[in-house]
Amino acid sequence: MLVGVDWAGVAQQVVAGLSSGGTYATLAVALVLIYRATGVVNFAQGELAMFSTFVAWTLTRHGFAYWPAFLVTVLASFAGGIALERAVIRPVERASVLTIAIVTIGLFFIVNGAAFWIWSPEVKSMPNAFSTRPIRIGGVAFAISDLGIIGVSLLAVLLLWLFFRFTKLGLAMRAAALNPESSRLTGIRVSWTIALGWGLATALGAVAGLMAAPPLGSFDQNFMQPILLYAFAGAVLGGIDSALGAVIGSLALGVFLNLLGTYVSWVGTDLRQAAALAVILGVLLVRPAGLFGKLAVRRV
Amino acid sequence: MPLLELRGVTARYGALRALQGVDLSVDEGEIVAVLGANGAGKTTTLRAISATVKTSGEVVFAGKRLPRRPEAVARARIAHVPEGRGTFMQLSVDENLRLGAHVRRDRVGIKADYDRALERFPILAERLGQAAGTLSGGEQQQLALARALMQRPRLLLLDEPSLGLAPRVVADFYAGVRELNEREGMSVLVVEQNASLALASSSRAYVLEVGRVAVAGTSPELQRHESVRRSYLGY
Amino acid sequence: MNRVLRIAGGVAFAAAAVALVLVLPHWLSDAKAAEFARAGCFFIAIIGLNLVTGYTGQISLGHGALMAVGAYTTAILTADHGLRDLWTIPLAGLVAMAAGFALGLPARRLSGLYLALATFAFAVAMPALLKRFSGLTGGSQGINLFDEALSRSTGALGHVHLAGWTLATNDFLYYLTWGIGLVLSGAAWLLVRGRLGRAFRAVRDSEVAAASSGINISFYKTLAFAISGFYAGVGGSLFVLVSNWFVSPSTFTFDKSLLLVVGAVVGGLGSLAGMALGALFIQFVPTWAANLSSAPGAPSVFFGTAIVLVMILLPGGLGGFLLKLTEPLTRRLYTRSE
Repeated sequence: MLVGVDWAGVAQQVVAGLSSGGTYATLAVALVLIYRATGVVNFAQGELAMFSTFVAWTLTRHGFAYWPAFLVTVLASFAGGIALERAVIRPVERASVLTIAIVTIGLFFIVNGAAFWIWSPEVKSMPNAFSTRPIRIGGVAFAISDLGIIGVSLLAVLLLWLFFRFTKLGLAMRAAALNPESSRLTGIRVSWTIALGWGLATALGAVAGLMAAPPLGSFDQNFMQPILLYAFAGAVLGGIDSALGAVIGSLALGVFLNLLGTYVSWVGTDLRQAAALAVILGVLLVRPAGLFGKLAVRRV
Repeated sequence: MPLLELRGVTARYGALRALQGVDLSVDEGEIVAVLGANGAGKTTTLRAISATVKTSGEVVFAGKRLPRRPEAVARARIAHVPEGRGTFMQLSVDENLRLGAHVRRDRVGIKADYDRALERFPILAERLGQAAGTLSGGEQQQLALARALMQRPRLLLLDEPSLGLAPRVVADFYAGVRELNEREGMSVLVVEQNASLALASSSRAYVLEVGRVAVAGTSPELQRHESVRRSYLGY
Repeated sequence: MNRVLRIAGGVAFAAAAVALVLVLPHWLSDAKAAEFARAGCFFIAIIGLNLVTGYTGQISLGHGALMAVGAYTTAILTADHGLRDLWTIPLAGLVAMAAGFALGLPARRLSGLYLALATFAFAVAMPALLKRFSGLTGGSQGINLFDEALSRSTGALGHVHLAGWTLATNDFLYYLTWGIGLVLSGAAWLLVRGRLGRAFRAVRDSEVAAASSGINISFYKTLAFAISGFYAGVGGSLFVLVSNWFVSPSTFTFDKSLLLVVGAVVGGLGSLAGMALGALFIQFVPTWAANLSSAPGAPSVFFGTAIVLVMILLPGGLGGFLLKLTEPLTRRLYTRSE
């Protein structure tokens, strides 16, 4: 018997969960992009998103409205991502995956520190992207901002998918990620496709950061770190080599976390991360390559 | 003036020297074969041309020194079908073909070549949406050749196309290459372990031994050549 | 002849290392000795991490949490069960070994990133778990042996009397950590040279080939994690001592795990001398960076830059660089013997 279940409340929590899941998904796709191009998880992905968000924050303090600042920041992040790849990743392009991973950890410290250096440690707040009014659908009140965030996140991912699926450059980038050697013989400038991947990932990160920051009310330079954790978990849950998997994994994680936080009081805020990771681990033990990932065929 | 000329080309993998001063040329409209035992440097010769190995010496193509980056070599219209064919297994047949034309900008020409490729290899037309990895060995070989042709190459480099294929399929493949050469004047440099097949299909040939050209000549000459016959043709 | 020379070289290297460790405190201030002692703890944990990452190719983001297990074992046993702190060190190693074994279990099924996530989860969960089970761990207050078990905290009063000698506490801790570190690195060296090391390397280089030559992959992966856990536990246990006999959940946040990975790779995976350099790197570079500028965030920028620069300039890590420097010498030795 399900007497006493407040279904409207559940629906609200699910939408709120999809909203945070949407930001995880955007960042998760950024992680997948770089993972497929270079074989590493970019530990600095969240910090780059944070840095982009602070750039946008500065713009809003200098007379920009939210959306113009959003647009400028996303474009600047794209360029910044490319520049960063050329500066620090290209020199280790041929080194081991572990070496590249450590470089991204170094970047994590640099970007985080630089943000504290430039913007001082006080907390910041940002204007809202969407109206904070609730909207009633079928007798249930949803927050417009939640729906807006879900929409923007999915739109960003969709645009990226269209780019990869239907453009020559997108095809070249996929080919370069799958088979760099053969791609070079085909005339693809593989090294540049990696830089481009960093640019796109950084731009996506900017979208994630700019969706995540306003609802927090106030945020500081560390606000993206838990989001990176969830994005990583969502990506691995879905299968790190599948962008679609990363999106679904992240959305599912967002909903799960929200329901867990609302309805299971024992867990509390401290253990929420741990509980989420434990559940993911359980899933991975059953499906070692994630929900949608392909397990490399191994004959033993 | 030859289309492609290698002058004193050496190549190394780390400390190992795989080529030690190779001179070789391909004229416009020629099929040239490179023969030799395992480890003689056949594959390395092709890799030296497409700059996928470190080289010294001169590689001249159409009167100009070739840049030493594979993507630039591809842009000079040299199509290299490497060992293992270099197919993008996870991508569809259609995507593989379109990747072949990556260096080209002429939309109309690309479309025409795409249609011609499907006409030439009807089986590929049936499998356009399928992942290339699901094709049979013979079909993959066709796809590799079709992909190379999408580049509209001035020179085609083929690395052991017969490897792992049934004799019937190999014969068809070489017939196709000869036809391309006769009808369209395409220049081909083919590396082959199967010497009798390669000599029958080419106009000139080089025999490599431990990274050097040991014998060179027209294919009929080499078919009669005493030591070539004994070492590579087995009669 | 070669073999003899190699062993002689190893012995000479070990002797030089021991000599260096012995005489170093003469030039160190008390505060510096304490910092070196901390580096010693990292050194031990990194040797453990190296067994997993360097020799079996499994990335672990959870070694900070394994240190925490060792640290809390020492703190709880000393505070609540009347043991002297020093005697808890091997016990801490064993408890963390069990934890490492448990952490290694998913390694049987997972590899690569998925395993990294599992260890990551462990690292992230640790502080929260420590706070949750406050009855045992003292919650977010942590455990302060200085207050709770002063008489069982060796040297907490500033001096240690040992067989007629009197040592300043920080010198004692320095000798203790690096002494244990040297012994354990010797043990690791013997381990990786033998049968076990071959099996570990086979798993790293090719799981498929290892399996087909009859090596039980999941057993060796789990074993590597267990042994590695022992090292991390000992490092964590000593970390309590060098942190003024105090431990709390914030001592072992995820940063510690990340730092250990940085130390292992910057030091150069697979080389024991590199491990020591890696430990010194993660102990001293942040301090050095903090001295460079006190602006908020600046030290972090310098530390990150140092990591990136080392990786770009010395892809083999500091240890790899060291090896390159000494290579001409060893090559000369070899040629003479032939």
